[in-house]
Amino acid sequence: MGMAARTSEQTLARKNTRRAWALVSPALALLAVAAIGPLAVVIVYSFLTAGEYGGVVWQFSTDAWVKVLLERDIFDDSLSFADAHLTIFWRSISLSLVTTVLTFLAGFPTAWFIATRPAAQRAFWLFLITIPFWTNLLVRTFAINQVIRNEGVMNTVLLWAGVIETPLQMTYTQGALLVGMVYVYLPLMVLPLFAALERFDLRLLEAGYDLYASRWQVLTRIILPISRPGIIAGSILVFVPCLGAYVTPRILGGGKLMMLGNFIELQFGQGRNWPLGAALSIVLLVIVTIALLVYVRTISGGDKARE
Amino acid sequence: MSQSYGISVRGVVKAFGQGPSAVRALDDVSVEIGGGEFFTLLGPSGCGKTTLLRLIAGFEMPTMGEIFLDGADISALPPSKRPVNTVFQSYALFPHLTVAENIGFGLKMQGKPRAEVAETVARMLALIQLEPMAARRVNQLSGGQQQRVALARALAPQPKVLLLDEPLSALDAKLRKEMQSELKRLQQETGITFVFVTHDQEEALTMSDRIAVMSAGHIEQIGTPREVYTKPVNRFVASFIGETNFLGGEWGTGGVKLSNGAMIAVDGKGSGAVTLAIRPEQVRLCASADAGAMPATVTELVYFGTDTHCHLALAGGARVTARLQSQASGDVAIGVGDHVHIRASAAQVLAD
Ligand SMILES: Nc1ncnc2c1ncn2[C@@H]1O[C@H](COP(=O)(O)OP(=O)(O)OP(=O)(O)O)[C@@H](O)[C@H]1O
Ligand SMILES: [Mg+2]
Repeated sequence: MGMAARTSEQTLARKNTRRAWALVSPALALLAVAAIGPLAVVIVYSFLTAGEYGGVVWQFSTDAWVKVLLERDIFDDSLSFADAHLTIFWRSISLSLVTTVLTFLAGFPTAWFIATRPAAQRAFWLFLITIPFWTNLLVRTFAINQVIRNEGVMNTVLLWAGVIETPLQMTYTQGALLVGMVYVYLPLMVLPLFAALERFDLRLLEAGYDLYASRWQVLTRIILPISRPGIIAGSILVFVPCLGAYVTPRILGGGKLMMLGNFIELQFGQGRNWPLGAALSIVLLVIVTIALLVYVRTISGGDKARE
Repeated sequence: MSQSYGISVRGVVKAFGQGPSAVRALDDVSVEIGGGEFFTLLGPSGCGKTTLLRLIAGFEMPTMGEIFLDGADISALPPSKRPVNTVFQSYALFPHLTVAENIGFGLKMQGKPRAEVAETVARMLALIQLEPMAARRVNQLSGGQQQRVALARALAPQPKVLLLDEPLSALDAKLRKEMQSELKRLQQETGITFVFVTHDQEEALTMSDRIAVMSAGHIEQIGTPREVYTKPVNRFVASFIGETNFLGGEWGTGGVKLSNGAMIAVDGKGSGAVTLAIRPEQVRLCASADAGAMPATVTELVYFGTDTHCHLALAGGARVTARLQSQASGDVAIGVGDHVHIRASAAQVLAD
């Protein structure tokens, strides 16, 4: 009897596993076709030779990969670091990091504010947060440009008020880029933070104060560690699309302040170097993966040590 | 061990909200709690027990009045500056910390050296007998274990006063009994002043040095368990603690004369109408010739194991319950419909 019960239990478990696989198979199929397929194409292309007018010639070459970081002197054929490329990498990574930090600094108090409103009011505040999503990203970015350009609203007002005598150059600066990116990605930080803070038990604050914690300690020892899942999710949601941002740097940075996204696009367009574009795409993917691994490791380090 | 502080609450009013919708959660409450005392706040839901505790802890500021700790006015101090810790009704344990880290939290915030924190945490873990669970997350504990962690966390910084807000209400009956005696033992060992909130009268009677019975933002009576049980000052206290028979009567010479003519001897004197409170166990069956004997008819018998509740109708129509100890045979020698005589061995005159 015991044997019989056991085998039927096992069959049941096996049946459940099979059913689970059957249920996820459409998603897996979609992933295989939409993500892994193109990725394979990109990898293959990065090892081909660039065609004269774009496209690729089916001939193996590592030229694209060499060009990612190095450039060949046209006179003596010697290799040296491609400073322009490094600048773009560095700008992409640093701007994305700073944007992530700024959206967190602005987003956390916002999310806290919404999460501590009475339940009936929260929907309203969340609704306000999502309003920017209603308009196309392109339009919104042009709107920022209108505000900060030399003849724009900001300069006109400042000139009129006599604060400045000549228009401030704000467009095509890193500052403008940052403002634009923080503006665009702020909701992506606020929403996961809100989701984490909404479940936060406010009575824990009293427990903290009762146990002699200062306001700062209550924030760093109780609120932040408990809302860590929201912080991780928000940071990833902001950092990853920032690295590959295309529209915002294109409009607010002009052609001058390129980020990785624009640089990759350039290779497939005017640059007519598809293999280099493919190689750069893979580099972007690798940077994202490494950054995420390091980030998640560090931020959940405390846990690992404890267990 | 740690020297304990007395608390003095003077004329405290706490109002929530403003204007006509304001709620007076506490209305002119004054109480003196001695150092090292096990003091209980007892009262029905919504009477202001938690509010009084939160005022002592510093989570709320009094609308009027002052609170003194060891003779010093602490009304303006934030909770983190008061040598007072709380065991919350919901426990409010930190979910991201282990049992040991929860217990050590207060000491760490006080900036105590690492070695001292570790040493105190170990001692606390031994006290609550949860050493094997030190490295667990608190959400992996049972309700009773969480309750003990909450207690240890509040005790670890060696407060002068410990506030406990219905800490046992989430526990089942058996665990509750165990924790009651454990709490009492802890209080005696540490000598810390305990202010304990409950709406369970039995818990209050068995554990406390003194009890304050509260109702609708007022303190109705303060006294030892024996005093509030045997000498309730008013109808509310008498009915809230234990079961009571209320009988109307009038002052006569040497006692109170009930409407059915029977005379019940009580201390003191007065005139006019009064209400008498008589505990069911003070109602005795007796012979018709005994002093103060009243004829009564048995209307119902309810068996409770250790005793039997005997519901009786008096001649004037008044109803009385008597609690009769079960005999060795396990039976009370009366039946429903019997005509018997009863007398009250003690009675308390109520103020209203
Ligand atoms: N923050 C608040 N805002 C408004 N009213 C409040 C607030 N806190 C408590 N009250 C009111 O004050 C009164 C006393 O509340 P309190 O929590 O002290 O009762 P309690 O005796 O602890 O009751 P329980 O046994 O149910 O815990 C209640 O009428 C309650 O509604
Ligand atoms: Mg309460």
